Amino acid sequence: MDIWNYLEIAAWVISAIIAGIMLLDMIKVDTTYDNELLTSSREGELELTQERHEL
Amino acid sequence: MSNVSATAAPERLGLLRVLGPGHVWALGVGIVLVGEYMGWNFSVGKGGMIAGLVACWVAGLLYTCVAMIDSEVTSTVAAAGGQYAQAKHIVGPLMAFNVGLFLVMAYTMLEAANAITIGFLLDTVAGMLGHTGLNQQPFIIMTILALAYLNYRGVLASLSFNLVITAFAFVAIILLFLAVQFGASAVPLDFSAVSNEPLPYGWLGIVAALHFGLWYYLGIEGTCQAAEEVRSPARSLPFGTMAGIMTLVIAATLTWYVCSGLIPWEYLGQAGTPLFDAARVTGSSSLMVLLFIGTVFATTASANGCINDASRAWFSMGRDRYLPSWFGAVHPRYRTPYRSIVFLIPIALIFALGAPLDQVVTFSILSGLLGYTFMTFNMVMFRKKWPLGTIKRGYVHPWHPLPAFVLLVLCAATYFAVFLGYGTQLIAMLCFYILASLWFHFWRYRFVKRGDQFTMPWPRPQGY
Repeated sequence: MDIWNYLEIAAWVISAIIAGIMLLDMIKVDTTYDNELLTSSREGELELTQERHEL
Repeated sequence: MSNVSATAAPERLGLLRVLGPGHVWALGVGIVLVGEYMGWNFSVGKGGMIAGLVACWVAGLLYTCVAMIDSEVTSTVAAAGGQYAQAKHIVGPLMAFNVGLFLVMAYTMLEAANAITIGFLLDTVAGMLGHTGLNQQPFIIMTILALAYLNYRGVLASLSFNLVITAFAFVAIILLFLAVQFGASAVPLDFSAVSNEPLPYGWLGIVAALHFGLWYYLGIEGTCQAAEEVRSPARSLPFGTMAGIMTLVIAATLTWYVCSGLIPWEYLGQAGTPLFDAARVTGSSSLMVLLFIGTVFATTASANGCINDASRAWFSMGRDRYLPSWFGAVHPRYRTPYRSIVFLIPIALIFALGAPLDQVVTFSILSGLLGYTFMTFNMVMFRKKWPLGTIKRGYVHPWHPLPAFVLLVLCAATYFAVFLGYGTQLIAMLCFYILASLWFHFWRYRFVKRGDQFTMPWPRPQGY
């Protein structure tokens, strides 16, 4: 076992932690908030409110 | 999340508008600059030093046309999804679906290629330090997951990170050029092959070199994906994109000059990390360390930008129900398309762990090339349907339709170049998109809310 073997193990552990954090947060958000709200984004709202395409 | 309640959230969630022109530059150049650090040099292997330089400048012309066209259309169609949103408003739903797929495939495969490269670089360093048989898999997986998490947590941090590491990688190329030019190299620049062996494979070598010439600039059009997250799209997008292509033309020319002068073209044409190898040839430890860090940073910035862009394209298609609407969700706290980011992780991992690098990159290039071809007639239709003076544009590109025509001709030449080396992949890719189009036309389009997808408050197009 040299430093590179320890780095390999560290990379596996870090990967598992990051994947766990992301999945847990995603599950938490999906169970806390209504799906209607989460998918309420609409394209082009800036144009409607600020940048009307008029000359 | 404990301090954020469902009742405190706004009624409608959208992506955060927090980016400036510097972030747009970092997104575009960040995705691309890795092409200077590796990949472009195969063009030298295909046709020699002159062919490498011609490919560099011809591809530079192609991408200048791309940047000009994109800047005009995106400054008007300022929506996440970039070229997908452009196609939806200007051409039609089937074209938009295909363009969305081109974007997702191009960026996800480029992300996978970058992760493979980071694994390769670490293996190289481990080998130089006496460790053999490094398992690259955990490093590839960690790279993709760590960058995906950065993107998950917010676009501002993600692209600010890109700005810093991209600027470092660009400055590293400039410093290498200055060091070599002012005599810091143990080996002098030697361009004798330009006169001794100008075109070792003849004129066909120049055409074949075009395929890899794209690596210098592949992905600059990704700036459009930030359209819904920049504070002033009409100003920031053209500025960031045009500054980006100028940066890349300079970086590409300096890269060709330094590498071709220091490394014999026969070796350069096969090198895995040409700029790092050029630094090794100089004999300077400082330059070696600088260019190694530059290579790692450029690769990381590219993967990071690709995650950003692929997830925005996927998110936009979900929002319009071209894909299940589940993908169109925005994180209530971080305001990112979190489901799209998470969904694309395993796809990137499958390609990064299960496919060879050259195949992954070729599929990425082909998807990008299909997207550039779309841009040509998209631009012509845009000017025809909404001529100058009918809607407000943040940028108007000059000499229309010359850039669109030049782009189309260069795309045709590049298809031929790709066909020479990777004809099977080209045909396989086209079959994939044809099958996907049939699925969309005969099944998926019934779920699309047809009236809701056209959001730009433009006047009726001419002729309708």
